[in-house]
Amino acid sequence: MELLCPAGSMPALKAAIEHGADAVYIGLKDDTNARHFAGLNFDEARLKDAARYAHQHGKKLHVAINTFAHPDNYQRWQQAVDVAANAGADVLILADIAVLAYAAERFPKLERHLSVQASATNAAAINFYRQFDISRVVLPRVLSMQQVRALARSCDIDLEVFAFGSLCIMAEGRCYLSSYMTGQSPNTAGACSPAAFVNWQDNDGTLESRLNGILIDRFAPNETAGYPTLCKGRFTVGDDTYHALEEPTSLNTLDLLPQLYAEGISSLKIEGRQRSPAYVAQITKVWRAAIDAVKSAPDHFNVQPKWQQVLAGLAEGSQTTLGAYHRKWK
Amino acid sequence: MQFSLGPVLYFWPKAQILQFYREVADSDVDIVYLGETVCSKRRELKYADYFALGQMLREAGKQVCLSSMTLYEAPNELRELRKYVDNGDFLVEANDVGAISMLQEQCLPFVAGAAINCYNQHTLRRLISMGMTRWVMPVELSGQWLSDVLSQSLITDIRDCFTTEVFSFGHLPLAWSGRCFTARSENRSKDQCELCCINYPQGREVKSQDGTQVFVLNGIQTQSGYRYNLINQLPAMQNLADIVRLSPQQTGTFDWLAKFKANLDGNAPQQLNATDSNGYWLQLAGMACG
Repeated sequence: MELLCPAGSMPALKAAIEHGADAVYIGLKDDTNARHFAGLNFDEARLKDAARYAHQHGKKLHVAINTFAHPDNYQRWQQAVDVAANAGADVLILADIAVLAYAAERFPKLERHLSVQASATNAAAINFYRQFDISRVVLPRVLSMQQVRALARSCDIDLEVFAFGSLCIMAEGRCYLSSYMTGQSPNTAGACSPAAFVNWQDNDGTLESRLNGILIDRFAPNETAGYPTLCKGRFTVGDDTYHALEEPTSLNTLDLLPQLYAEGISSLKIEGRQRSPAYVAQITKVWRAAIDAVKSAPDHFNVQPKWQQVLAGLAEGSQTTLGAYHRKWK
Repeated sequence: MQFSLGPVLYFWPKAQILQFYREVADSDVDIVYLGETVCSKRRELKYADYFALGQMLREAGKQVCLSSMTLYEAPNELRELRKYVDNGDFLVEANDVGAISMLQEQCLPFVAGAAINCYNQHTLRRLISMGMTRWVMPVELSGQWLSDVLSQSLITDIRDCFTTEVFSFGHLPLAWSGRCFTARSENRSKDQCELCCINYPQGREVKSQDGTQVFVLNGIQTQSGYRYNLINQLPAMQNLADIVRLSPQQTGTFDWLAKFKANLDGNAPQQLNATDSNGYWLQLAGMACG
């Protein structure tokens, strides 16, 4: 079982590898990946450095090219594949059918993983993507543990699941809420609820967060104000004002680790390429220890309180959830 | 230009659905999509009921297409999908690539629905080679984007192999989740939902704390708060969209169909109301009105 950690910069990549990541995933400095944020990601030269560093330490480098190519500059997505392949990436994480096909034809020996953005939630969908000779599927965060188990037992392909980090509650790659409000979505622009559209206003102690002018939440002076990701705001339905879609919370699957291990899940992915090197270091350390513990004694695995403490401290709103893995969440 | 009625996205009682399709049979719509696309727990109509409705509508002169679900998570849902694929008669709209996989295996033609991620000419051409005969563009794309895809040489030489369709009226389906938001709005879990969607034939409105209609909850599906309405864009759509899709609403669907038909050439534009939007088509935020 691999520990796959995020990096938005060289210091984060080094932190991940120093603290026990088996592999690191990164993106290029443009909208070919789903974390297209200012000041983040790797240009061609840094990508080569990243690959060299990972390989010197015996680790793997995955490159996410997982937005959907635009019609008028399709070449940019092809070039992203070329650049990543030539820089020495071990794996490409892809979502667009056209980009998958291009990579499979141009670099058949370079491993291809199906990005979560391709939204393959069932055996038939996984079967569809096999025509592009993928070796692994990253499962969307909408499935229950029971459903993950069924896929693990019925599909003869490596599965990767999200273990920790920001929780997308919609089937990834098929959520257009962000473009509905801002014109930019993960699929088209590589960003959800982009920072450029965020506005904060203090009204006599009540802090309001808006996204492109739309009120996402209001915080009383004693509340912690979170980033206005549009699916995590407080809205009114009927007579109730509440987190109509989801609370600001992070996914944390430590409790499920023995089950995921027993089902032969190939890789645990930590979300958060936009996070700091210090965050990556702390998360990686906890998950390294947890994976080592489950591997050495799968039947006697106990989640250590100190792990949970560290993770809760790093979680959005200091809350964590098992998300869709746990049926009751649904 | 033809007009279609998309699948009913809400959970209506059987009698209401049957009444709706009797009116569809009497209407002058060209194409009708039938089926439950949102939640496998909604079983007011079963596959056989939809099939029978399809036959009735075909006899009434409609082109009929069976729409499959968007989010498949469980093996029993795939078995239900298999029935649609094996129907032996009607064209199937795939809203998940899992459906395309099954249709492709049997060399059957299909419609690629709006939730299939086709954003460029290369993907479109591949879908055509897999058997796609009609492309419903993703709802978040603009008229310009559609034009950019269709004008590529990769597409112009096979433009007669497929038709294009644009979601043009109704609350836009924007997201699908493992969670049921309608059940959540009633403090229930999905497992204990008691099929409460049936109490909300237009979904449940979600407002921001200062009163803007932001979303509509429709079970596991989240829709646009505003009603998408491209009636005044019809003249500009002439060379791009072969089919204009209207999504069935609880009331007024056929009146709007008539209004759309009347404004095909721009002769009968309509004043949009404050909760209509057309932003996506105009390359703006989806909820904007240009």
